[in-house]
Formats: sequence, C-alpha cells, structure tokens
Amino acid sequence: MRRESLLAALGAIGLVACAWAVPWLKFVLTIALAKGIAVLGILLLLRAGQVSFGHSMFLALGAYTVAFLAPSAPEVLLLLPLAGLLGAGLGLVLGLFLVRYRDIFFGMLNLAFAMVMYSLLEKLYALTKGTDGIRVARLTFAGLEPDRPTQEWIMFGIALGLAIGFGLLVRFYLASPMGRALAGIKTRETRLEFMGVPARRVLLAAYVLSALMGGVGGALIGMTTRHVTPQLAYWTSSGELVFIAILGGAGSALGPFLGATAFELVRVYAAAAVADAWQMILGGVLLVVILFAPGGIWGILARRRQA
Amino acid sequence: MADWFAENGLLLGLALLDGLAYAALVFMVAVGLNLVFGVLRIVNVAHGSLFAIGAYTAASIGIFFASRGLPPWMSYVALVLAAVAVGAVLGPLIEKLLLRRIYGHEDVLQLLVTFALFMILEDVQKLIWGVQPISQDTPLRFLGTVDVPFGEDVIPFTAYQLFVLPGVAVATLLALAWFLRRTLTGRVIVAVTTDKEAATAMGIDAARIMLLTFTFGAGLAALGGALASPTTALVPGVGAQTIVLSFAVVATAGLGQIEGAALTSLLIGLGRSIAVYFAPEFEVVVPYLIMVAVLLVRPQGLFGVIETRRV
Amino acid sequence: MTEAVTRRATLLGAGATAGSLLFAGSGAHAQGKPSELKVGITTFLSGSASVFGVPAKQMGELLFEEINKAGGIGGVPVRPIFVDEAPGTDHLVGEFRRLVQNEGVQLIFASISSGSCLACTPLSDEMKKTTLLWDCGTQRIFEEGSHPFAFRTQGYGTPEVLAPLLYLLKHKPDFRTLAVINQDYAWGRDSWELWKAGMDALKPGVRVVAEMFPRFGATDFSTEVTRLLAARPDVILSTSWGGDLVTLLRQSAERRLFERSTFVLPIAEASMQILGRTMPAGHIIGARGDHFNNHPSPKDPARLKRFVDMYRAKYNEYPIYPCHHMAQAISAMQAGYAKAIAAKGGGWPNDQELANAFRGLTFDSPTSTITLREDGQGLEDQIVGLSSFNDKYPFAVPKDMILFPAAMVSTPVGQKSTDWLKTLKPEILAQVPAPIAG
Repeated sequence: MRRESLLAALGAIGLVACAWAVPWLKFVLTIALAKGIAVLGILLLLRAGQVSFGHSMFLALGAYTVAFLAPSAPEVLLLLPLAGLLGAGLGLVLGLFLVRYRDIFFGMLNLAFAMVMYSLLEKLYALTKGTDGIRVARLTFAGLEPDRPTQEWIMFGIALGLAIGFGLLVRFYLASPMGRALAGIKTRETRLEFMGVPARRVLLAAYVLSALMGGVGGALIGMTTRHVTPQLAYWTSSGELVFIAILGGAGSALGPFLGATAFELVRVYAAAAVADAWQMILGGVLLVVILFAPGGIWGILARRRQA
Repeated sequence: MADWFAENGLLLGLALLDGLAYAALVFMVAVGLNLVFGVLRIVNVAHGSLFAIGAYTAASIGIFFASRGLPPWMSYVALVLAAVAVGAVLGPLIEKLLLRRIYGHEDVLQLLVTFALFMILEDVQKLIWGVQPISQDTPLRFLGTVDVPFGEDVIPFTAYQLFVLPGVAVATLLALAWFLRRTLTGRVIVAVTTDKEAATAMGIDAARIMLLTFTFGAGLAALGGALASPTTALVPGVGAQTIVLSFAVVATAGLGQIEGAALTSLLIGLGRSIAVYFAPEFEVVVPYLIMVAVLLVRPQGLFGVIETRRV
Repeated sequence: MTEAVTRRATLLGAGATAGSLLFAGSGAHAQGKPSELKVGITTFLSGSASVFGVPAKQMGELLFEEINKAGGIGGVPVRPIFVDEAPGTDHLVGEFRRLVQNEGVQLIFASISSGSCLACTPLSDEMKKTTLLWDCGTQRIFEEGSHPFAFRTQGYGTPEVLAPLLYLLKHKPDFRTLAVINQDYAWGRDSWELWKAGMDALKPGVRVVAEMFPRFGATDFSTEVTRLLAARPDVILSTSWGGDLVTLLRQSAERRLFERSTFVLPIAEASMQILGRTMPAGHIIGARGDHFNNHPSPKDPARLKRFVDMYRAKYNEYPIYPCHHMAQAISAMQAGYAKAIAAKGGGWPNDQELANAFRGLTFDSPTSTITLREDGQGLEDQIVGLSSFNDKYPFAVPKDMILFPAAMVSTPVGQKSTDWLKTLKPEILAQVPAPIAG
C-alpha cells in the first residue's frame, strides 16, 4: 500500500515534469487525467463484475453541461461540482432501473441509454448544433480570467488535483464495507443477501459514484478541448473507457490513470507515425495487454515489485 | 383513431413492407451474434467487422464475376460463396488464435479482445478495399421490381427487397430451428448453451462445439453482409453501425434464443419503418426504446430463461 | 524563448517519460528561413468521410511532390503532415497543438468536417497560426465571429445551396411540391435551412411534403424511398454525399423514383464516377464549386488537363472536388508565401506577416481564380447543370451548365446567410447567366 502511494506521488511528479517540459503534452495529459477520473467509475463497477458499455454518456453529460452553462455561468469552480451533481443525478435515475440487471443485460442497457443520449445530442439540432458540436465559451477561475498558458496550467492542476482526490476516495471506498460488498456481487451475490446486505443498494451506490466521476471527467474534457460533440457519447467512446480500465489494470485506483496516460500517448504517437492505421496499432496494443498481461500496466508494475 | 387509420392505413401497409425487409437484415446479423453468445458467452464486438468483410467480399466476387461476363444469376452464387469463404477462413482463425486463449477469463477481457479485433479489422478493411464506396447491384437488377398497388397509384419495390431478404431470413430461422432441435450436433449446441459444465461432464467436447458455433456465427454475419451488399454502398464504418443495433437485439431477445432474435428483429424493423413515416425524429432511438421497454417487463429478455442463482 | 527551450531540454534529459523523448527538441523553430516548410493538414483518413479525405490527401501528395521538384516555396522544401480527423474533436485539438508546438508547422490546412473547423479556428486565433480552411462548408465560421488567422480557400454552404436553387427556378419554374432528404448532421440541417430561406423568398408557397434526416452513414434508404414514391413530390432535394448519397441514388434508380421527381443534388459530382450509368440523365447536379471535368471555360485549359491527367495517371480515377479544394489551398499557400516574401524584400515572413499576405489574396485554382475577401472567405464560382452522358466520360457530367459568379451567390460581408437569403427578390433570376451547352 505504501508503494502504491509512492508510485502515485512519483507519477504525479512525472506528469508535472512532462507537462512542463513538452508544452503540447500538457493538453494531452489533462485529457488523460480527465478520462482517468471517468475510468475510476468503470473500475468501481468492474469490482462488482459489471461492465458498463455506455459510460461515455456521463462524459457527454458533463461536457455538455459545461458547454450549455458556460455562457451564463462561466465559473469553473461552480461548473465542475454542478457537472458532477448532474452526473450523479442521471446515475441515480438510471441506476434505480439498471441495478436490477447483471452482466450482458447491465452492459447492453448502459449502451442503450448512451446511444439514446447520442441520438438526442445529434437530433436536437436546434439545441445542440448536432454533430458540429458547441464551442465552450470563455471560462473564469474564481472570478479571474487569466491568459491562455496560465489557464492551461490551471486546468492541468485542477485535473491532477481531482485525479488524486478521486483516486484516494475510490481507494477508501473499496476498502470500506460498501466497497468490499461489491466484490461479493461478483462472486456470490446470493450470499450477500443471506448476510443481509442489499446487493442492489450496494451496486446503486457504486453506480451513482461512478456517474459522478464520469460527469466531472466530462466537464474537464469540455473545459480543456473547449469544443464538445456528440461523438463523446458514441459507443466506441464507451469502449475506449473500458479499454483504458483494462490497459491500466483493475487492481488499483492508480490503474485508470496509468491506462489513460498510456492510451492517450499511444494514440498520439500512433497517429503521428501512421496517420491512417492508428486504430490497428491501438487494437494491437490492447490484444497484447490482454493476452500477455491481463493485470494491465498496474499488474506489470506490481509484479515487478514483488519479484 | 379510426379516422387516422382511414387516412394512413395505406401508408402503414407500405411501412410494414419496408419494415419486413429491414427486419430480415437485422435478424441475419443478430442471430449469429446471439448464437455465439449463447455458446461461447462472448459478446463478439467484431461480429460487425465480419458483417462488413462479408459484404465487401460479396461485392468483390460479384464484380469479378461480372467482369468475366458470367450470367447475372451467378451473382447469387457470389453472395453465398462470400459468406462461406469468410466464415470458413476467419471463423476458425479468430476462434483458435484469440478466443480460445481467453475462455474462462473475466467477461470484460473477452469483450475487449473482440473490441481490439474490431479496431484492427476496421483498418484491415480499409487497406484491402480502400475508402471509396463500393457497390454491386446485379442481384437486385436481375430480379427487377414489383408494383405494389397504393390506392390509385403503384409503388415499385425491388423483388429482392420484397421476397429474397424476408425469404432468406425465414429459411435461416427454420433451418436453424431444425438444426438445433433435430440434429445431434444441434442438440449438443443447445446443451452447451443451457449448461456448459453439465454438458462437459457428460463427455461433450465443448472446445469442438465452440469452434463450430463460432465459425457458424461468423458465416451468418458474413451472409448478412453479403445479403445487404446489393442494396447499399459499402464504406468504412458500416461494421460499427451494424453491430451496435445487433447488441440491442441480442439483449432484448434473451441469450441464445433464435426465435427471440427473430421476434425482436421484427419489432425493431417495423418500429423503425413506422417511425420513418410518422415520426422520423425517433427513427434512431426506436430500437433502444423497444429494448428498454422489453427488459422492463421481462428482465431476462423476451425468450430468456431465468438463470438459477448460484449460492 | 531560447532559454526556456534549453531549460526544458535539460529537464527532459533528466527524466520525463520515455515517450515524450521521441519528440524532444523539435519544439523550437527558427525565426529565419527554415530548412523545411511544414504544413499540418487535418483530413479524414478513416470513417465514412474518408471518401473525401483520402483522395484529397493523394492529390495533396502529388502536388507537394511537384512543388518540391520545382525547388519548393521560396527555395524551401515543403513537407505535409497529415492528421486524421476521425477520432473526434478532443483528439483533433490536441493534434492541432502538437502540430504547432511540437512539429513546428508554419501553416495549417484545417478540416473537412464543419465541426472540426469550428474547433480549429479559435485555436488559430489563440496560437496566431495561419489556418487555411480547405474544405469545410459551414457558414457559421466567418458569420459568427472574426478570425484574423483563418482563411477559407473555397466556397461555402450558402453559394453551394443558392446556385442549385436558382438553377432549379430557371429550369423548372413551375414546381409546386418538394421533399428533402438530407444526412442528419450539421451540413444536412444547415443546407436545408439555407435552401428553405432562399426558396421562401424567391418562390413562396411551395409545399414541403416530406422532411427527412436519416442517420448520418445510414446504409439503407428503402423506407425513405417508399415514402417519396408515395408522396410524389415534383422536386427532391438532397445535399447528402459519400456512401449515403450513392446508396440513396441507387435505391431510387432501381425503384424508378427518378421518373416521378426531379432531383436536385448539390454535391453529386463526387459520386458520379462510382454511380456510372446508374445515375439517370436530366437531374440537377452541383460540385461545391466550379470543378467539373467538363468545365466549359477553364481559365487555363492546359492547367486543368495537366491536373486531371496527373491524378488519373497515378490513381486511375478522375479527381473529385475535394482534390480540387486541396489544390486550391496549396495554390493559395504558394501565392500567399510569394506575396509575403515579396513584401518583406525576400525575407522569410513571420506568422503575422504571413497572415497579412492572405487578406485579399487572389490565386489560381485548377479551373479559375479565387479571391479571399476581407473577412477571410474565398469567392469560388459555382457550376450547376443537368446530368447527362457523352462519349468522353464513363459517368454523368453536367450539360446546360450555368456558371454562377461567386459574388452573386455569396452572402455579403458582415451579414448572416439566413437573414440575407430572406431579402432575396425574384429579380435576381434575371441576373442568372445563360446556360452553356457543354
């Protein structure tokens, strides 16, 4: 456990150094951190053996919250919690229905809701500008509007801070009785019920928390890219989140961030090296990870430490 | 209500004809996915890629036949040839090289292996067939059109759309039902679907059945693509669009249920075409709304069996 | 700047991630004449819009090769860096930054998709990097804000919709009903809004019998075709393109919809080769500009022929309009650099000087010349005609072509297209030039 914290601290310092040394990577890393926060939510559900194949709907919700509200309420410190709350709200509403289902039904229903969201974002053209997407208006930070380079640093800092915060939260949550009960859903759900633990409520709590983190992650993405499109909610984006979770490793709250950083870097470098076959490279990386290192990057690191 | 029918009854009739053809195509893709899921317990995301490759292969063979001056009915041979070739080559290749190594791993890993495969195959298609739309409509033109009366007017439908697509779908459904219920291999497949552990304990070679089922499922996906190819222009990305709809069908139908897949495809096909006529804005959402509605009432899917809960 | 770079470089050496090392050091670019002129080009290399993106890329590579053989631009060899638009906006804006901050590109050619352009132009403002919008058509770019570093080297939605509308009003003035079937995304919606505004002003009282926006990338339109067959509109408008358009037209041809209604297809040109003889004659087709292979009066026929032959020799296909748009951006780049270098007495321009050179620039296109207005919008003529067949091409080309001068069909600077279209008077029809046989 102490090693995990040490590694997290080293990782954070590494990210800051990297963002400082290579300015354009700061943007990529901010996106990676934002996605990492959303993937923490996938990780929670994975503990219960459930795969949400539609989690990008919470990303889209967070991003569009920022895009819609920024013209009237440009304050980042207000928008972030709001996006999280809206994410949690949607998570609660859908969750009440979704926690009755398991496995493929759970995954596919999530997918269905995400696709409904995607279609609405595309269809309600008058509101959302369709696939063109919405440009995010100027933002303020605690009432100030610093110049762009400073803003980029602030966004990076906020993303890093939130990543650490949520990472710790998820770690504590998983160690708590609620978190341990999640693993029970995965192995022997009926046993949980015999012990008097309501499985659905356990899953619902995790789902709402994961939706909240999805909303926050989405808001960060919207604030960083400054342009949001329905693509965020498409099923391939959800697939990406699950991809990241496995790439990083589901064994630790550090996994999502390892995975997201690796994913974004591989994508950027693959796209730079072979612009028309980057998908193949990403797919290849994923295959290799699953076949030869099913514990993900975290699994590799942890094993090396034990050896 | 009566007034509405008097006014729109004829249109509704047209919508039913359109919906039927669409349902047939949806069914062809979904039934293979459902069969594979039933036996292998893997949601094969790459099923959509197999559909696309089947379609492209059929178009290529068809174009080749046409360039050799073969008679137009040979284009139907091209469709079948493409399905068999894709199924027989890619099916065993994928199952043996990839899937076999991850049986028994967590569901999410199995899902992601096929997701990775999907990403790779998307680029492979692009390398082989390029990006310009490819189309080959000899099978369609060979059969010509049929005039369907519409009040005083007539509406031309292609015979392919009206007869071939639903015909093949119904034939596939009947053949599958017969195969699964009446032949030994079919019954073994059903046994593995229902309870793999018990089936293996009784001496069934599950590995062989899985290979067989996957190959068969891949062939069905390719056949679906081949059948769709004469009516559409093939471009990169058709696989991604197709697969996401099939997911909805499989979950709504109930796992491994072929009759369920047929009924769900019909619901979705008709729902969609009625939406195009009377509420076009809802066209895209219809399949998902149907899925949510069905699962609300029947959480195990239309034809699904409630699994005994393990203790 | 230099100091910061050295400090960063040292730090990198000290131990940032291994990945970023690959790109280390290239962040700096010299202020004087560079050893290489890098151009970042965003285009679709995957997904359904790659039907445009890949031919454009192929044309671009041929043209850059030609430029480099002739000694480059201002003596500097040019290197294009292509980037895929398909992974989405968040990826693309990251790539834009990478191109500027890391690859050190001097110029960006941005995007086929309007969404991508809308996301990239504000970045051009912010990073003060000249950005040529080489293909996207949304009128929102220059009508909703000013972008001092962005220039569009081709026409845009308004003229591309208004020219076919005027052609229809000339060719078939007595139509009473119309149906629209467009792809469900920004261009499909916007083009219909523009068309509707123009049509209501020029010919009020046309009944719209069906408005359909099937999913972008849909693979089957048989239901829509049935509905159109039943509704029997006089005119069917579709601004769709790519695989969607090919499928729609083939399904319409098979079921004889072309016999019942006149089609107006403003972006048909790019699909004509694929459709071949399946495309019926006598329907209105456009090309998002004046680049038909049988252009009746190209400014320099030899240049157009060389352009077409060069592409055909390599790819065994005729170039389609995105190839022309790419050529236009490259031609604008050459002209812009020539002007900027001359203005500086032979010196290499900085970002601001380069951008200044583009304002009001006139450059040659393979078919004609294009002038960039003061708001950055290019004025590209539009050719619309009736699909027909002749011995020269194995696919439909227009006859009875009308060449609409760009200024006639473009929204004046400072006005919004939908507002301007509403002010059109039927008298404008008198100004439409006479058709050319072709």
